[in-house]
Amino acid sequence: MAGKETSGRPLSPHLQVYKWAPSMAVSIFHRITGDGLAIVGALMFLWWLGAIAAGPEAYAAFVACVWKDPSPEISALHQVTNILGKVVLVGLTWAFFQHLFSGLRHFVLDTGAGYELRTNRLWSILVFAGAILATAAVWLTIAQEALHG
Amino acid sequence: MGNGTRLGRVRGLGPSHHGTGHWLQQRLTALGNVLLVTWFFVSLIRLPLGDHGAVHRWASNPTVALALILLVISVFWHFRLGLQVMIEDYVHGEATKLLSLVILNFYAIGGAAFGIFAIVRIVLAPAAGLAPGGM
Repeated sequence: MAGKETSGRPLSPHLQVYKWAPSMAVSIFHRITGDGLAIVGALMFLWWLGAIAAGPEAYAAFVACVWKDPSPEISALHQVTNILGKVVLVGLTWAFFQHLFSGLRHFVLDTGAGYELRTNRLWSILVFAGAILATAAVWLTIAQEALHG
Repeated sequence: MGNGTRLGRVRGLGPSHHGTGHWLQQRLTALGNVLLVTWFFVSLIRLPLGDHGAVHRWASNPTVALALILLVISVFWHFRLGLQVMIEDYVHGEATKLLSLVILNFYAIGGAAFGIFAIVRIVLAPAAGLAPGGM
C-alpha cells in the first residue's frame, strides 16, 4: 500500500467502496425503482383492481384507506394510512418516471450509442432531473385540482 | 475468445447456457410496458378515481379491459425477469436462491392470475351498479 493518494484506477464494484457517479447511480436506481414498482406498485394495482371488481363498498373501503376517509370521525388507523397512502403514491409516481426514463436510456445504450463519458454522464443526470420534474408536475396538478375543486 | 469453438458456444448457448432469451424478453416486455403503462398512467390521471361507477364503466369497456389484461401480462412478466436477475445477483447459496425463485414465480404468476381474473369479473358484472350480494 503506497499511501492514500488516489490513483486513476477504477475501484472494485461494491456499493460501499464505489465512487458515486451519475452513470452508476442511475443504474442502481433503475434496479431499486424496478423492485419497488414490482412489489409495492404491483400489490397496490392488484388491490385497486380487486376492489373495483368486488363492488362499490369494497372500492369505497379502498379509497378510505389509501386516499381520504369521508366519515366525520376518521379512525387513528385511517389518519395514518391516508398520509402513508399519499407518500406511497408520490413515491410510486417517481419510481415509475425514474424507471421509464432510465429504461429508455437503456434502449439507446442497447444500440451501442451514448457510451462516451460526457454523453453518458449528461443523460444519466437528465434521467434523474426528468423523473423529479415529471413527478413534481403530476402532483402539483393533482394538488391544484384538489384545492380548486 | 473464450473456450471452445464458435459452434460449441452456439450449441451451449454461451456461458449462461440459456442464450439471449432472457435479455430479449426483458426488452420486448419493456417496450410493451412503455406503451401500456404510459396509457394506464394517463388514464389514472384523467379518471375520477373516487367514483366507483365511473371507474367500473371505464374498466369494463372491451378495449380498455383488453389493454389492462395485456398490461398485466407485460408488466408481471417483465418484473419476474427483473427480480430473477436481482435474486441471482444477491442471494447466494443454492437452497435460498432456489426458494427465492420459487416464491418469485408464485408471486408473479399468482398476481397476474388475480389481476386478469379481477378484470374478467369487472367486464362480466352487470352494467351500472352491481346487484346486492355481488355478481
